[in-house]
Amino acid sequence: MRCPACEHMLYKRTVEKNLTVCPECTHHFRIGAATRISYLVDDGSFQQILEDLTASDPLGFKFRGTTYKQRIKDDEKKSGSKEAMQIGKAFIKGRGVVLGVMEPNFLMGSMGYVVGEKLCAAVDKAIEESLPLVVVSCSGGARMHEGVVSLGQMAKTSAALAKFDEARGLFISVLTDPTTGGVTASFAMLGDITIAEPGALIGFAGPRTIAETIKVELPEGFQTAEFMLEHGFVDMIVHRKDLRSEIARLIDYCQK
Amino acid sequence: MAEWGTLTGKMPSQNISPNNGGYLDFEQKVAELDDQVKELRGLGSTKGIDYSAEIRRLQRERVAELKRIYSNLTAWQTVQVARHPDRPLLSDYLNLMVKGFRELRGDRCFGDDRSIVTGLGRIGREKVMVIGQNKGKTTKEKVDCNFGCPNPEGYRKALAKMKFAEKFGIPIVTFVDTPGAYPGIGAEERGQAQAIAVNLMEMSRIRVPIVSICIGEGGSGGALGISVGDRLAMLQFAYYSVISPEGCAAILWRDGSQAADAAQALKLTSTDLLKLGLIDAVIPEPVGGAHRNVHDVVHSVERYTVKTLADLKRTKMENLLENRYKKWRSLGTSVTIGARGKPRPTKARIKAVAKVASTKARPTPAKV
Repeated sequence: MRCPACEHMLYKRTVEKNLTVCPECTHHFRIGAATRISYLVDDGSFQQILEDLTASDPLGFKFRGTTYKQRIKDDEKKSGSKEAMQIGKAFIKGRGVVLGVMEPNFLMGSMGYVVGEKLCAAVDKAIEESLPLVVVSCSGGARMHEGVVSLGQMAKTSAALAKFDEARGLFISVLTDPTTGGVTASFAMLGDITIAEPGALIGFAGPRTIAETIKVELPEGFQTAEFMLEHGFVDMIVHRKDLRSEIARLIDYCQK
Repeated sequence: MAEWGTLTGKMPSQNISPNNGGYLDFEQKVAELDDQVKELRGLGSTKGIDYSAEIRRLQRERVAELKRIYSNLTAWQTVQVARHPDRPLLSDYLNLMVKGFRELRGDRCFGDDRSIVTGLGRIGREKVMVIGQNKGKTTKEKVDCNFGCPNPEGYRKALAKMKFAEKFGIPIVTFVDTPGAYPGIGAEERGQAQAIAVNLMEMSRIRVPIVSICIGEGGSGGALGISVGDRLAMLQFAYYSVISPEGCAAILWRDGSQAADAAQALKLTSTDLLKLGLIDAVIPEPVGGAHRNVHDVVHSVERYTVKTLADLKRTKMENLLENRYKKWRSLGTSVTIGARGKPRPTKARIKAVAKVASTKARPTPAKV
């Protein structure tokens, strides 16, 4: 395989051994939810919640030849995941957490009803058991196939996090490539601590939309994790190999 | 997936050439009837013949035609009505419905966004904090207001004023009318996403009643950023959508001109959204849309606001907040999960809700 950043030819195995990070230039490849969970939690400690909650089609979305139902089926096969988010209880270096991880290969990790509902369930669980909440975002935004139902999930997840905030819960939001649109504009940006992976695309409007609208070439490094750090919207940029220890350390600091 | 508010080709003037009197594509017949009436009037005055019977007949026909057209609007036609250049904007509502409006400006942080107007006033007898998105009427105003596309400072200003209202126990009324939050370089640098996210979170727990009314365009996150409250109502021909129809078509079909089909698929009209249980009420518009009778529509909005505020004020604060949380927390549950168990809102309920909001509007201005 070829690294898209430094164009080095790499062995797939070497990359996988290196947490799917390019050993030459530390380009962080996009990874699915299952892989992410295996990198992040103590072996075998992940207990999934609401595994069977699957998308339905509230609008009966049909546009030309494309139907939402077909798209769900295709992406289920492609990603091996039933929705764009997995939640569950897990241990990270022995610290108990409620973890949510988004799946970029399922409709671009977009947030529909199920993602919103799962995130809220994760918040409820975290309140109930006084655990920290860690959410790894990776999403193209709100899922347009569910129309205003998915738009409303932004408000819903934010309202749930307001409750979590009042319960003095710790929410660590991890932003990975890409985190855009309605996900950035709701729960992803509401972390007590916000961590980003190096080079990740993070923003509200997609870069293509911006370029088309204002008809100006976008500056180098626009909307990257580094850009967000510089403008004060993330606390730190953490390499994938350090993510586990960094999260564990932060949890220790915030523990009562 | 959702590219936010692709603005390309979205400026309100599309589909309407400046010289056709503001008729939309599908209103040709109305335009013809209006022309005939004008012609007869001209003839009548030059030749001294009385055409009044004929004129009355044509005008009756015109009203019937408008009723026919507007009772069968497609989703895409609704979007065009919502973007009509003569559609009443926030400034009309402020002039006609809010007494003694005092604008409060600035976000105390970066600047004053003209696309969101905030200030104190009275609606009916109630003191309110008005938060509204404004598009501007003249070219200069439109540029000042950034065509109704707020930057982060707009959302931060809105939140600052809402907190102010909370401190003094003043209910909040928001007017939603935006193609979407602005997708620009500066907007990203100053944290558009974070500004909206914080508004969503804080509005869910602000300790005063919040009523939101979508008066035109409800453009995705940019609209939602001031719509989280106890009630969300829409004007009959407004639209509310997760993405602009053009943007949706561009992503799914790689062709923005398929917007009409996309509009249909997105279920963005007030009728559809009420059926899905995603909004609380539809405020009816006069025959031929809000732009044909501004006073009428402002009056309907005023009635709805006064009534809703009175209802909400009767609720205890703790219950109000709990209900607000439940309202948003359960959003979409009935249409997705409980589709079989819980009955969806029926036509009868839609009628009932519409009835509450209607009541024959008087043609007199709401405010003298």
